Amino acid sequence: MDAVWVPLLLSLKVAGWATLLNSVLGVAVAYALARWRSSARDVVDAILTLPLVLPPTVLGYYLLVLVGRRGVFGAWLSSMGIELVFTWQGAVLASTVVAFPLVLKSARAAFEGVDHQLENAARVLGVTEVGIFFRVTLPLAARGIIAGVLLAFARALGEFGATLMIAGNLPGRTQTLSVAIYEAVQAGDDNTANLLVLVTSVTCVVLLVAAGRLVPPVARGTADVYEPRRFRSGARKAVTPAVTK
Amino acid sequence: MPSTPRFLRRTIGAAALVALSLTSSSVFAADLIVSAAASLTNAFKTLAEQYEKSHPDTKVVLNFGASDVLMQQIVKGAPADVFASADQDAMNKAESEKVVQPASRKDFAANQIVLIVPHDSKLGIASLKDLTHADVKRIAYGNPSSVPVGRYTKSALEADNLWDAVSAKGVPAQNVRQSLDYVARGEVDAGFVFATDATVMPDKVKVAVRVPNRTPVTYPIAITTQTKQAAAATSFVNYVLSPDGQAVLARYGFLKP
Repeated sequence: MDAVWVPLLLSLKVAGWATLLNSVLGVAVAYALARWRSSARDVVDAILTLPLVLPPTVLGYYLLVLVGRRGVFGAWLSSMGIELVFTWQGAVLASTVVAFPLVLKSARAAFEGVDHQLENAARVLGVTEVGIFFRVTLPLAARGIIAGVLLAFARALGEFGATLMIAGNLPGRTQTLSVAIYEAVQAGDDNTANLLVLVTSVTCVVLLVAAGRLVPPVARGTADVYEPRRFRSGARKAVTPAVTK
Repeated sequence: MPSTPRFLRRTIGAAALVALSLTSSSVFAADLIVSAAASLTNAFKTLAEQYEKSHPDTKVVLNFGASDVLMQQIVKGAPADVFASADQDAMNKAESEKVVQPASRKDFAANQIVLIVPHDSKLGIASLKDLTHADVKRIAYGNPSSVPVGRYTKSALEADNLWDAVSAKGVPAQNVRQSLDYVARGEVDAGFVFATDATVMPDKVKVAVRVPNRTPVTYPIAITTQTKQAAAATSFVNYVLSPDGQAVLARYGFLKP
């Protein structure tokens, strides 16, 4: 059971941290891009979406070149005692980079879909810009952002190529579920491989279904008031505007 | 509408062009697929070139990787014609799975395990026992479950009672060339590779210890059972065993089997 439990917990830890980092980073950058009026915006967006296009092994190689002991930042990181290669932190870095575009794209689309009139109404009522972001923009964009975050979590959980390159395959330390499956297949251990695949699939399905339940319902403010309300029993009741005499 | 037939014709024309361009590839009379251990990369590339010069109607397609992985591919149906392994273990497994012809199996080269360190290493590692020092933090070696050099390393270290100490700081690699790469990049303090691999990057790594062979490090080669060109496969194996082939191997540092 150890062969399953250890990689599973490690995968969840790495994917969890990566998704957390991406939620903050992705939402911040997406908001900046959505609000930024410039012709360079699309170029920057394309560059930030590169991790989605490049093969994960190539990404892992670039990361290795950047943060490896002889890398551009590696020497500086080493001097501060931070080791990213062959550590779970390196695996988090790999998963973060790989899943970042998923949050970015979804969040940017969500922010661009927020009705400016609502934000302006809040401004008229005297809410600060920060207040507008947290109380108006973010809640309205929540569905799109959460969808992106779920995708990013799934991607981070299944990440393999870049993780293998930068974090290696150290049992107990960086051997995530995907890497463990790869090693089992390479060694010809089909039984372990099948068990790990089953565990990965079940975990992903359970997590995604549970997370889907947490998504807030469509915000009332954006629904058409003439759309009939659906009751739990499935019956419909038309909502007519109140008639004042 | 008059433009519709023209649009349709253009679309079909474009699709046909795309389909044609995707199918165009040089097709030789015989494509000989050779799966060879990662440590044979440089030697077999030269061998393949020279073989093609003397046999112009055959194209040798090379597939490199850890021997166990190559063997798994063949067992699961990969269309390899020749299998060259870095240890007898992988070839034994292939024989027991009945994917190679036992009669064609021959040893064609020998090698030696060495411990290498990054070229600017200041740790002063001079013997295997030095690996247990606290300032040696990471040691790369092939994963013993799927890489021959890892198995040779493990047996050598177990003979000296050093395996537990070394594997605690171990960084298992997917094949011997990845081990070499880790050392060349300075990501690990030392690594176990074949003597022939150490000569591939003489400016980035240096040999610290020549590990004595507990088991003979010999490379067997054999023809697969599902090969469709037994004649060409046999011809290639004979070339590898011939004086010309052996000379190429010797040039890359391989020893006589």
